[in-house]
Amino acid sequence: MLLPERSPLPRIVPLALFWLGACLTLCARAALKEGDPFPALDPTELRTIAGAAFPETKGKVILVDFWASWCAPCKASFPMLSRFQREFGPRGFVVVGIGIDEKVAAAETFVRKLAPTFPTLHDHSQRLVKKVEVPTMPTSFLVGRDGKVKFIHRGFQGDRTEKELRSHIEKLLLEAGQ
Amino acid sequence: MHLIRLKPVCLLGLLVLLLSGCTNPQLVRVKPWEREALSGYTMRPDRDPIHTLMMEHTYFSREIASGGRGVGGSGCGCN
Repeated sequence: MLLPERSPLPRIVPLALFWLGACLTLCARAALKEGDPFPALDPTELRTIAGAAFPETKGKVILVDFWASWCAPCKASFPMLSRFQREFGPRGFVVVGIGIDEKVAAAETFVRKLAPTFPTLHDHSQRLVKKVEVPTMPTSFLVGRDGKVKFIHRGFQGDRTEKELRSHIEKLLLEAGQ
Repeated sequence: MHLIRLKPVCLLGLLVLLLSGCTNPQLVRVKPWEREALSGYTMRPDRDPIHTLMMEHTYFSREIASGGRGVGGSGCGCN
């Protein structure tokens, strides 16, 4: 008796997709996610810009913003970050801008020109930015008092970003009793 | 007949092998913080006005349609 020939394709397709998925999973590096502890801001790795003091972050809600002098949206986001610092600073909140320029002079010129009200640091060796694996420039990490990432904002979309970040900061400060 | 049925399987296998090669972490990927050189002025396609002008002239000469590269109107003179 002759059995009907069956195509092996239906059995092969799920196997192929599984193989591809496994390869992609292995390839994907673990970027920082919400709920993960944010790496400590190490003064030996991060230099202060324009002679400013290293920011005091202990027990505070922190907004860590990664910027670069060559990134136009980063430049556009600075006035908003300065407003946040002025408005929420007295309530136990601090914005820390981390420049990732390869050239120190470019980062310093950028900071001098924009004169932000929040402290800025320079990740000259790009160790921190590699550790957190920022998905885009700029990226802001809202870190709670417990040192864990509460919210990650990718890019800068003007008023929409301000509204979104403001609501998260206010919520976090209220939770912290501030 | 059997060979014909095996063909898609082989093709699929080949495709998966090729795509899984793209997942090699050793491949060079430009990370967001490494894009300083890419954002430079020299990387802009419109950095040279003379070159842009020449390209527009070539386009106009070949297509017989001025304004095809951003300026309103076409070669017909109707708008």
